[in-house]
Amino acid sequence: MGQIAGYRRPYPGTQPDHLHLPYVSSIKRSPTRPLVRIPHTLTEVTGPQFGKESVDSNAFDLTKQHAGEPLGERIIVSGRVLDENARPVPHTLVEIWQANSAGRYRHEVDQHNAPLDPNFTGCGHVLTDANGHYRFVTIRPGEYPWRNHYNAWRAAHIHFSVFGPAFATRLVTQMFFPGDPLIPFDPIFNCTADEKARNRLISVFDWETTIPLQALGYRFDIILSGREATPMED
Amino acid sequence: MSLQTTTSQTVGPFFAIGLNRLKRVEIAGPEISGERIIIAGRVIDGDGKPVPDAMIEIWQANSHGKYAHPEDEQKKPLEPGFQGYGRVPVDESGRFCFATIKPGSVPGPKGRPQAPHLAVSVFMRGLMKRLVTRIYFPDEPANAEDFVLNLVEPERRATVIAQRNPKEIGALEWNVVLQGLNETVFFDIGL
Repeated sequence: MGQIAGYRRPYPGTQPDHLHLPYVSSIKRSPTRPLVRIPHTLTEVTGPQFGKESVDSNAFDLTKQHAGEPLGERIIVSGRVLDENARPVPHTLVEIWQANSAGRYRHEVDQHNAPLDPNFTGCGHVLTDANGHYRFVTIRPGEYPWRNHYNAWRAAHIHFSVFGPAFATRLVTQMFFPGDPLIPFDPIFNCTADEKARNRLISVFDWETTIPLQALGYRFDIILSGREATPMED
Repeated sequence: MSLQTTTSQTVGPFFAIGLNRLKRVEIAGPEISGERIIIAGRVIDGDGKPVPDAMIEIWQANSHGKYAHPEDEQKKPLEPGFQGYGRVPVDESGRFCFATIKPGSVPGPKGRPQAPHLAVSVFMRGLMKRLVTRIYFPDEPANAEDFVLNLVEPERRATVIAQRNPKEIGALEWNVVLQGLNETVFFDIGL
């Protein structure tokens, strides 16, 4: 087997460091020793693949998982998973989770004094189509307080988990909403030095995917690491 | 056209809502060939306390050293039903445990085989992006020649080599230590 073309390393500043002091939980959980840089081998350029058999075809709609409809503002969240070369990432698994419209997660650890919604679990998944498109129907999650610092609030967000073609392309991120006044004060949003990179986490309001009389549309494209054009010498 | 990879964000404390559906602590079922192993351990923070809200993901080859992935073009057997993927949450005391088979050797840099290993991603609240590491195997002569292991300072290599649990056949122990004297070696693979 010849040399392996690896995946591109991130542009400086566009990814967070592990330690981000304003995010208090990172202080005791981020490594203190420098990471050991390794070349991409067959291990890193391959990765788990998920087929149709591992998805529930109804799981794209978070508003139809219970007997009744969840409370809150229905929204459509859609976009494409692309690589840095703007090529679609087809048939890859996208998983999401989120708080309900009151800003409460259906999780035993979440002690926020806001109501649970019996009609909302807050999880969904889907495979991208041949052109890298995905689409979810959900409700707009609420903002919520947390204990990071005095009067700390998380901006409204939806968690995204994406695999892509390789172990090296695995990505977990969060999507935010345009115009949310909490965004500039959110230490998690602000953990990335590059302002443009941060702002790409904010979805775009989208008339084209808005359904009249039904749901507002938000677009959120996810970019995974792109392939190096030629094999790298180690 | 050139885009930039989306910024990583933490999984936060509530990831189980979205990610437990694909939890997989038995990576290879009984129909898959290979030496059965069970790997157990804990995730420990900088205060030496267990981390109760972490998750690790595993990626591995089968016992012949072949990945279930279209880019692995080696002419080696691949059992149907072997995916090589694990997703293992920790419990309240930071413990995790998963069952699998010991992978075979896969090709590495400079055309040389790599020692058997599992690729590991670690996710948790407090980590803005995953930590990447590997689990190698004890009593494995190939470790001495492994390209990746040799990039690690000799005194830290033990942090990525599982230890045999003498009480049980096939039982291995391996911990994720986030900070301190025995801090696990984490690898930079980009993201």
